[in-house]
Amino acid sequence: MKNRGYYGDYGGAFLPEILVATFDELEKEFERIKKDPSFWKDYETLMSSYSGRPTPLTFAGNLTQKFGGAKIYIKREDLNHTGAHKANNVMGQGMLVKQMGKKRVIAETGAGQHGVATATMAAKFGFDCTIYMGEVDVLRQRPNVFWMEQLGAKVVPVKDGTRILKDAINEAFRDWVTNMDTTHYVLGTACGPHPFPEMVSYFQSIIGKEARKQILDAEGRLPKRVYACVGGGSNAMGLFSGFFNDPVELIGVEAGGKGLNSGRHASRLCSNDASAGIAQGYKTYFLQDDDGQMKETHSISAGLDYVGVSPILSHMHDTGKARFESATDTEVIKALQLTMQKEGIIPALESSHAFARAFKEAPCLSKEEAIIINQSGRGDKDIFTIADAVDDPEWKEFIIEKANEYNA
Amino acid sequence: MLESYIKERRKSRDILLMTHIVMGYPSFEDSFEIVRQMVEAGVDLMELQIPFSEPMADGPVILKANQKALEKGSSLTKCFDFAQRVAKEFPIPFLFMSYANIPFKYGMEKFSDKMAKINIKGAIIPDLPPEEGEDYIRAMNKNSLSPIYIFSPETSDERLLYLSSFASGFVYCLARKGVTGKKTAFSNDLAVYLSKCQKATNLPLAVGFGVKDKADVDYLKGKADIAVIGSRTIRIVEEKGVAATGDFIKSLV
Ligand SMILES: Cc1ncc(COP(=O)(O)O)c(C=O)c1O
Repeated sequence: MKNRGYYGDYGGAFLPEILVATFDELEKEFERIKKDPSFWKDYETLMSSYSGRPTPLTFAGNLTQKFGGAKIYIKREDLNHTGAHKANNVMGQGMLVKQMGKKRVIAETGAGQHGVATATMAAKFGFDCTIYMGEVDVLRQRPNVFWMEQLGAKVVPVKDGTRILKDAINEAFRDWVTNMDTTHYVLGTACGPHPFPEMVSYFQSIIGKEARKQILDAEGRLPKRVYACVGGGSNAMGLFSGFFNDPVELIGVEAGGKGLNSGRHASRLCSNDASAGIAQGYKTYFLQDDDGQMKETHSISAGLDYVGVSPILSHMHDTGKARFESATDTEVIKALQLTMQKEGIIPALESSHAFARAFKEAPCLSKEEAIIINQSGRGDKDIFTIADAVDDPEWKEFIIEKANEYNA
Repeated sequence: MLESYIKERRKSRDILLMTHIVMGYPSFEDSFEIVRQMVEAGVDLMELQIPFSEPMADGPVILKANQKALEKGSSLTKCFDFAQRVAKEFPIPFLFMSYANIPFKYGMEKFSDKMAKINIKGAIIPDLPPEEGEDYIRAMNKNSLSPIYIFSPETSDERLLYLSSFASGFVYCLARKGVTGKKTAFSNDLAVYLSKCQKATNLPLAVGFGVKDKADVDYLKGKADIAVIGSRTIRIVEEKGVAATGDFIKSLV
């Protein structure tokens, strides 16, 4: 509990007493593996043999031509096993859990990507696995619920509060305070009490390390700007950390939902609706009211629909080290459709936020310059949401027929 | 002040009772009636929980009570007004229980000044360990109010001493791991743990989490100074109505 992981005013470890010893142990273990060069090597080997790393950096020629500005590169985290960057963090924590000798893992999930990644890790390492998921997200990410269960995890729908990501995190903590002797909580993003923001960012830094090398190989120079969507902030931290010491502009894109003036969004850093607060064990910008009660958030993407944000990004926001923007639900669907049609690539709804913003800015940059968009995940999981958004009549017909089959 | 009240009162009682309510649940009128019945039935001190949208350390019963209270419009202003009213009306000490964001957002010093003004004697904030509570501790000390700290069965001996160096009034000992409102085994392990707690502090000890009936309260006699009844009274209100709280408390003593 000594070096509590502050980034400016944000971060810390606002822990109930029952968890203090557990966090002390976790911090000690994390410090140990950070100093152990063989751990990172083993981690890279595992990620290459199990998750297809390094993931490619794809030049998006058709999109570049369409916008007529900077060269657009896409970092393909969608090509990780399980289809998102979440695997990077999960496998790293899994290796740590094995060393700690714990036999059970729990996790929260919003989009279901972190849940699926945790379920695969548990299957591979032989851990019991329970996933907490808000009831609203269970419905909007049903394919991932199916896969988690097939992989052997128990999925618990959370019916309290706003029934989305933050409520799933609360429930995971409630499990942990009872079962910490046997159980590790695999937090899925760069939030929560220290050491989670640092530890999750550490494992995700593999994205930025690769991307920096790949763009130098391809272009012989650094990118002008890099874009990542921001839910809790783990894929953004992963990409950004590769360029912390470079003259590269870092742009985080939050969920603009129905628009920043609608009150129905999840933009903590780029709107004026959030303020510093303490919840879920850490201090950061939260979307909250004057009494300090958390507000309901909205996003078309379950993975960005969260009231808090990484304390590291809050600090980068205040110090101007990164710029934060938003993209609305409508802009996101448009960017997703365009990317599919022009490049044959299907980004997740979360990732499409980064695409939408990059598309706005690319035309303003010169043709010599390059930008990188982090495609944090693939869109397959979003098939129901996207089908609704594009209002595909044939898909609807198929679902109705399928339902009739089950009813027969 | 709180400490001397507890020690004085203990001279005539084997164990004291502390109960808990969520302010505004099921309604403020009901909350008031619950407090009245509890005090009349002989409760010695009370925790008034200011509801929070993310009550991480609370189990399903208190969690739902927090949510319902907020849905029904329990605001911080209303909670302050309510607390002021009961503190004036009833002759026992009242404490606030809440989560760190509530006083943080209001301003730690302002919050503590407000407590002093409305005669609330101390506060239990489970997600504000001393490491993060510098401003809070300073403000509480300035107003001679008690920041209540928590011992848990997971707490190391070294940390018990560290925590008691900040504690005032009494120390709240968690009877077990987990959240509020689940079963606790009142066994020898608990007795061993409580004697460890006793060695770490000169303050009175309260024991909470899972205390539900007379047998549990009796078990704690001689091992602790205060038995804390939390979720159980909320459950009684839900199952049998507000009017049943007084009889329930009487059944414990
Ligand atoms: C594909 C994808 N991208 C992004 C996110 C947002 O998380 P983070 O901000 O931690 O990268 C999620 C979270 O569920 C996700 O599934």
